[in-house]
Amino acid sequence: MITLRFDVARKGFAMNVALALPGRGVTALFGHSGSGKTTLLRAVAGLERHRNGYLEVNGALWQDDARGVFVPTHQRALGYVFQEASLFSHLSVRGNLDFVLKRTGNNSAALFDHVLALLGIEHLLARRTTDLSGGERQRVAIARALLTRPAILLMDEPLAALDGKRKEEVLPYLERIHAELDIPMLYVSHAAEEVARLADHVVLLDNGNVLASGPAADTLARLDLSMGLADDAGALVEGVVTAVDAAYGLLQLEAAGGSVYVAHEPLALGTRLRLRILARDVSLSLQRPVDSSVLNQLQATVAALWPAHTPAHVIVKLDAGGTAMLARITRRSCDALALEQGKPVWAQVKAAALLSIK
Amino acid sequence: MLDAEDWGAIWLTLKLATIVTILLLLLGTPIAWWLARTRSRLKSAIGAVVALPLVLPPSVLGFYLLVTMGPHGPVGHLTQWLGIGLLPFTFPGLVIGSLVYSMPFVIQPLQNAFEAIGERPLEVAATLRASPLDTFFHVALPLAKPGFITAATLGFAHTIGEFGVVLMIGGNVPKLTRVVSVQIYGHVEALEYAQAHWLAGGMLVMSFIALLLLYTFNPTRVVK
Repeated sequence: MITLRFDVARKGFAMNVALALPGRGVTALFGHSGSGKTTLLRAVAGLERHRNGYLEVNGALWQDDARGVFVPTHQRALGYVFQEASLFSHLSVRGNLDFVLKRTGNNSAALFDHVLALLGIEHLLARRTTDLSGGERQRVAIARALLTRPAILLMDEPLAALDGKRKEEVLPYLERIHAELDIPMLYVSHAAEEVARLADHVVLLDNGNVLASGPAADTLARLDLSMGLADDAGALVEGVVTAVDAAYGLLQLEAAGGSVYVAHEPLALGTRLRLRILARDVSLSLQRPVDSSVLNQLQATVAALWPAHTPAHVIVKLDAGGTAMLARITRRSCDALALEQGKPVWAQVKAAALLSIK
Repeated sequence: MLDAEDWGAIWLTLKLATIVTILLLLLGTPIAWWLARTRSRLKSAIGAVVALPLVLPPSVLGFYLLVTMGPHGPVGHLTQWLGIGLLPFTFPGLVIGSLVYSMPFVIQPLQNAFEAIGERPLEVAATLRASPLDTFFHVALPLAKPGFITAATLGFAHTIGEFGVVLMIGGNVPKLTRVVSVQIYGHVEALEYAQAHWLAGGMLVMSFIALLLLYTFNPTRVVK
């Protein structure tokens, strides 16, 4: 459990945050630039000190201004990955990693080898930091943070300084850390895609306020709208591979709302997948459509109706067997179908993007 | 060619420059660190004091040093009370004068180097369990290395080249305060141009080589 409270007062920016976050998994701090997410992360690290602060990370008290407690950064069991790779330029890759080992008195060769293998940087040890690509540098920085054996890993937009290709080079490593290590992560990002792929829990920040904090799937569905991302609004659906249709290049998934087909090369049965279904790719009908080209038809009930970003559209929040989904339809259709809360509908999903394999 | 007195002056000059450079690096590093990182209102005032020797005529500097260290000056009172005697016209007096005179040439490159490092590496070190002192010695100092090389070269070369301050507070005592620049002046006054040439030419070549090495092997830092 991570409990935190900070009052930030700066010129032109005020933030009063109180949050209780899960002590496991990836918690994304999500918001526009200037929303206060990096400020919050730096406060957790103790790099900035704010008034009236309280911070407890899985039982370790790091700040309690009511009792005059403030543990300086270098005494907090945390790992921090900065936005731009922040390797020491006067040391080699190996020197950067040794810097940590010397200070933590941790000489476990097993941990060292494991972290190196986890991030695929064994072959880079002898290199100078200036000879690395952006993605390699960031992987070394992540490895260096992990070698501190952190009780929590703080990541400040670790992919933001990388271009799309380099991002794809680093993201799988983050997913591996998430899957293989039991270290809670606070992950700052403004990229919905990254958050959707990595996060278990999402905190939505806007201009210093917490707009939402909750499990990723629920929050992302709400959050896209409030972020003004209505055109890209979507929902996360998780499912398990139940059948492989190699002849047609499809996988069949069992998700909470029913079975879903995705175009993908064959995967082992039982593999967990995370899908992102955009609201604009979902249409609704009152009866089960017949003779339709759309493969995925899920039964759902209308949970809520929200205004979309244009007056002509409506966003319909659906409850498909416990999973939240979004559909963007015209207001005219909404009235024609007389949609209202609790009404059963059939959702046709024209496309689903595969986000990650768990 | 050079005679024994010339060699004595050269030896004295090198000794003075070495001692002054080492002392200035030791004393200047904390001042430069403070100037680079403080948000205090005193920063401008201290920075201006450090830069003063750049603009003051050496005679003005030497005059005040002479008065301060003289029998009626505060430093003079102190040294007499301590039983050291008076500093003007002694080697320690020359060291103190040179410290003041060469101060900006050491502190300013160090300050620039520390400022160029920025906040980030220090924050990174803190997240990697390094205490502030540890960070200073193992992150800030190595990253500021080019600044130290510049500071040491300029401080050394500048101390070798000083003349006005030496003349004001050191006088012209053989083996004690008669450095090369004063020796050259003496030769010229005595119309011994040949010996003046040897010493002057030697200093010209030495200074050029020192700066050449600095600019060649330490090109990352702009020398101001």
